[in-house]
Amino acid sequence: MRHDPHKLVEGCLIAGVAMRACAAYIYIRGEYVNERKNLQRAVKEAYDAGYLGKNACGSGYDFDVHVHFGAGAYICGEETALLESLEGKQGKPRLKPPFPANAGLYGCPSTVTNVETVAVSPTILRRGPEWFASFGRKNNSGTKLFCISGHVNTPCTVEEEMSIPLKELIERHAGGVRGGWDNLLAIIPGGSSVPLIPKHICDDILMDFDALKAAQTGLGTAAVIVMDKSTDVVDAIARLSYFYKHESCGQCTPCREGTGWLWMMMERMKTGKAVIEEIDMLWELTKQIEGHTICALGDAAAWPVQGLIRHFRPEMERRIRERAASEIEAPAEATG
Amino acid sequence: MFAGRRLAQALAITRRSAYSFAQRQQEERLLRNPPRWYSTALNLHKDSPDNNPNIPWDFTPANMTKAKEIMSHYPANYKQSAVIPLLDLAQQQHGGWLTISAMNKVAEILGMAPIRVYEVATFYSMFNRTKVGKYHLLVCGTTPCRLRGSCDIEEALLKHLGVERNEVTSDGLFSVGEMECMGCCVNAPMIVVADYTKGAEGYTYNYYEDLTPKKVIELVEILRRGESPPNPDRFNCAPAGGQKTLLCEPKPPPCRDLDAC
Repeated sequence: MRHDPHKLVEGCLIAGVAMRACAAYIYIRGEYVNERKNLQRAVKEAYDAGYLGKNACGSGYDFDVHVHFGAGAYICGEETALLESLEGKQGKPRLKPPFPANAGLYGCPSTVTNVETVAVSPTILRRGPEWFASFGRKNNSGTKLFCISGHVNTPCTVEEEMSIPLKELIERHAGGVRGGWDNLLAIIPGGSSVPLIPKHICDDILMDFDALKAAQTGLGTAAVIVMDKSTDVVDAIARLSYFYKHESCGQCTPCREGTGWLWMMMERMKTGKAVIEEIDMLWELTKQIEGHTICALGDAAAWPVQGLIRHFRPEMERRIRERAASEIEAPAEATG
Repeated sequence: MFAGRRLAQALAITRRSAYSFAQRQQEERLLRNPPRWYSTALNLHKDSPDNNPNIPWDFTPANMTKAKEIMSHYPANYKQSAVIPLLDLAQQQHGGWLTISAMNKVAEILGMAPIRVYEVATFYSMFNRTKVGKYHLLVCGTTPCRLRGSCDIEEALLKHLGVERNEVTSDGLFSVGEMECMGCCVNAPMIVVADYTKGAEGYTYNYYEDLTPKKVIELVEILRRGESPPNPDRFNCAPAGGQKTLLCEPKPPPCRDLDAC
């Protein structure tokens, strides 16, 4: 959207015509102010050139594109929360059913899709669906924008084929892990909502939906966060818990209370100020949140903590034991 | 001797559990009333001389034209959709924050109950309901930026400006806040400078990416002089050192007879 907004506008038109929709609203994040201005300019250019509006592209079909923006709420990325926010209310997700395809924006049937899908549709139409399906394994076809960040030498965003091995992705495009591949501790393959995977799984995993699901993680948004051995992994996940606590809309109890509770427990786990049984309590808590909420933010908050407990439990136990030991030594000396 | 040590350990554990329970209670009480340094802003409104419902507030004529243009994008019977853009415009006009009279005015323009506007203004994190500096600096603190050292950036900023988080400097120029993920994890760590010095016409919200503590101090000093900081070296989210993909012209699509479909 910063440098190539017309791809999105063209994609909106194509998607709208395919669905026989009469208008598209591009909901852009509030923080992306410069990108929004570019997008508004692109939409205006398209209107001036006759590609949008009445008789779009001379085809006889009327189609309008409007740009709407939010104001800093992650939850408004969820489809029904997006619709609520577009309608001018708080971005609190709706219950589904009814699905947006039946009752969406202003009660009219609507579809909510993401920018990546819409922007790639003109290219697919130009080059043919077989070309697009030739990338990646079966059921995991196409390309994906991978944002590789964290402890790599040259973080970047790259559009790569699906099913690329994770190691190849990082070494070819992001300059490899800082300090060499063996310096790797863990990777979060799909953005904050998916569990992390430790190094031994990262060695040979493919970046696609099925492979990552089999490894008990997920592709998510393909935002690859690389953590090397200098990372305090419990601190990293605790910060994610804080993020979810902040971004929770507060509508349903498991998420509103649960995200705050998760964060408070994670803060204590950071310094080991807990007892060993509380790790199981933390697991139980994530299981109570997962699947019991109106939208998927509850699952997204629960999964990173589950990943941490699943793969880094020894680290958490070590901290608890060390803190307990340091507290025992002092009183033991006093009682003599 | 071993029995003695074991007894001491058992006593210590009991004492430790009691100690940590009480201490835990106190900590949780603290967490329920978060101190200012949390990124969540206050949720209470207290009438004050510069922020009470009796102060009249309206859009300037130029901004009113903009507001009408914004409202034209939504159906006439769903004017409420324009509440976020209008509140944003009101915030830019008022120098970076929303007073209660601004919110009431927006409610009046859109034909909404004021409480609905207050709901929206308290829900979204970009709306400031207390004064901010003319340059409101927001540091992203979420994990990908944190891994690349956003804590050092924030510490450097707070130390250099001599303020706490969400506090305005004495000359009213700067304030530092923390934002959740700003969406440019690849260019971490980064700050955003929300520039309220020139009203709604000159409002900019620029991302400054690929920072180090030294660079961010230089940035603040450039802003203090009233100049605009330079563009980053990296184009977009390409890797440092230049693009490694799309280096040649793409192959033309195979001949597809689109009219045949």
